[in-house]
Amino acid sequence: MESSENQKKVLLQGNEAIVEGALAAGCRFFAGYPITPASEISEILSVKLPELGGTFIQMEDEIASMGAIIGASLAGVKSMTATSGPGFSLIQENLGYGCITEVPCVIVNVMRGGPSTGLPTSPSQGDVQMARWGTHGDHPIIVLAVSSVSDCFSVTVKAFNLSEKYRIPVIILSDEVVAHTRESVTLPTTEQIRVFDRVKPDVPPEWYKPYADNNRGVPDMAALGDGYRHHVTGLIHDDRGYPTQDAQEIEKFLGRIHGKISKGFQDIMVIKTHLMEDAEIFVIAYGSVARSALRAVRDARELGIKAGLVQLVTLFPFPRKNVDIYLRQCRAVIIPEMNMGQMSREVSRINQADCRIVKHNKINGQLITPDEILKHLTTV
Amino acid sequence: MLESAEIIRQEYLRHDKKFPHVWCPGCGNGIVMGALLRAVHSLGLSKNEVVLVSGIGCAGRMSTYVDFNTMHTTHGRALTFSTGIKLAKPELTVLTVMGDGDATAIGGNHFIHAARRNLNLTAIIVNNSTYGMTGGQYSPTTPFGSKSTTSVYGHVEHAFSIAELAATAGASFVARSTVYHASHLEKMIKQAIVKRGFSVMEVISNCHVQHGRRNKLGGAVEMITGFKERSVTVDKATKMSPEELEGKITIGVLADIEKPISTEEYQRVIAEAKQHAEKIAKEKEKNGVKRYEE
Repeated sequence: MESSENQKKVLLQGNEAIVEGALAAGCRFFAGYPITPASEISEILSVKLPELGGTFIQMEDEIASMGAIIGASLAGVKSMTATSGPGFSLIQENLGYGCITEVPCVIVNVMRGGPSTGLPTSPSQGDVQMARWGTHGDHPIIVLAVSSVSDCFSVTVKAFNLSEKYRIPVIILSDEVVAHTRESVTLPTTEQIRVFDRVKPDVPPEWYKPYADNNRGVPDMAALGDGYRHHVTGLIHDDRGYPTQDAQEIEKFLGRIHGKISKGFQDIMVIKTHLMEDAEIFVIAYGSVARSALRAVRDARELGIKAGLVQLVTLFPFPRKNVDIYLRQCRAVIIPEMNMGQMSREVSRINQADCRIVKHNKINGQLITPDEILKHLTTV
Repeated sequence: MLESAEIIRQEYLRHDKKFPHVWCPGCGNGIVMGALLRAVHSLGLSKNEVVLVSGIGCAGRMSTYVDFNTMHTTHGRALTFSTGIKLAKPELTVLTVMGDGDATAIGGNHFIHAARRNLNLTAIIVNNSTYGMTGGQYSPTTPFGSKSTTSVYGHVEHAFSIAELAATAGASFVARSTVYHASHLEKMIKQAIVKRGFSVMEVISNCHVQHGRRNKLGGAVEMITGFKERSVTVDKATKMSPEELEGKITIGVLADIEKPISTEEYQRVIAEAKQHAEKIAKEKEKNGVKRYEE
């Protein structure tokens, strides 16, 4: 992006940039519960939201926070919550409700070491598969990861846009390192940011079918109180939102809510590639680890190794088509993660080529250093 | 009553697909729904501005049948959704219908915090002393010694009094009625809706199928007339000894206090925050200092 006179160069930490991104995307409601290392997001929004006429509320727990943001979003206001591992466990119940009722909202999980209370002040990537499968039942979900302060801004805007466009909760996975790192970033101006708002119905209320299929698979969404009285339920429902036990209607509904994500796959899928054109060996990384990986790749290039990096921004739906190309191109892939191998599992799953998969897992609360990754690049 | 029954049938019930309802013959839920709809009708509220949020359980199904903006949420969490709706659109009238297990077991934390927080919401709790939908297990309001599918030898725990719990937690308005007292119930619900602040309406109801049958309390008629015999008004109750009140149902308004409503207080916060932001912006303009600027 070209920098211009109007652009602000600012010093921010990751959590602050998430706030800026959320506000720029139109977030005007936040409900949360204090938790390390996500609390700054609550604190800053408690000041900034009312300045913009928005609402901040601290709820009694994360279950309640998730309920409140879904309620606010149904009333027509873009909403968000932010939490970390233990709170992320609690939001899962109502997250499923958000998926089945197709309510746009954004959930930030600043990952810390687990399980349980774990390592509250250390980074981790232990919640990746939970972000995909945490709430019960087969459900569609979008999960994005941030690796830098500038990502925190742009990915948060993207998260709101996707959630509005596809009527789905979107999870942003951050980690303790990204959240608390201060960096100088150039924020885009309001004119430079593309903001997507949910499509509202324009038919007369008596024609409105809140869950009817259309060519996008995403029904128009009326806000509570707009005159389009309808029923919202966590039970499997028909086009009008009424509970159904009819096998055909059930299939139609579940087919649509999964299908809308498949239809939008190319739009949802974001990866960043570095030095991949001629790469023979590459690294797949996301979150703060992607930064160590980039350094390692550059160092490897200096040693004459044709190394590259694929940084995943969209974790789920897993960008299989885009990763597959590189699995066919390269002889080996290094997958460093601050967990026991939650994304390497996805890569193994789709690996149809002869690409050797090398996992590098670290769960001691310490960052993965460039040297650790470089060691694999030079020896594999 | 007949005339209003017709208005309610035509005006306030949804006529496509979802009938017949799930409630057993003789269930008190229908009486509560009728009273609620008559209360809304007599208050002259527009259907578009009423949101009926419900939890999970037999009472939770009420939202499916009525022609408002309706939400059937997760078990125990109804009030959290109502909180979000009310804060996002304070002009809406948000009614929350829950059962006893819904509101005071799995949703107990949300319930007491909603009362403490004092948003302008109305909670209607249908208390039938059991988990009817799942087969009659003991709930937080199942009386000591009662039989249920999870206390076949008699219940060893003690029951909550929902209305007293709400009052202690800080609700602005607390009332109790029973499904026998249909007009009283309607009047109380009306007061609860009109009252500014968090209002709680506890309705003693019958589950003769799950609770009554196991405890030899008779069918719907016996249980409901039992409520009539056991009920005493608040005025009368104040003159009775604790021994005399044993097993009685105190009906009427149990608490009605005035305190700041957080929905409205937050409007003050917004006004102050906006003023503050303007002041900072002016200072920045004057001094050329930008926030976070290096």
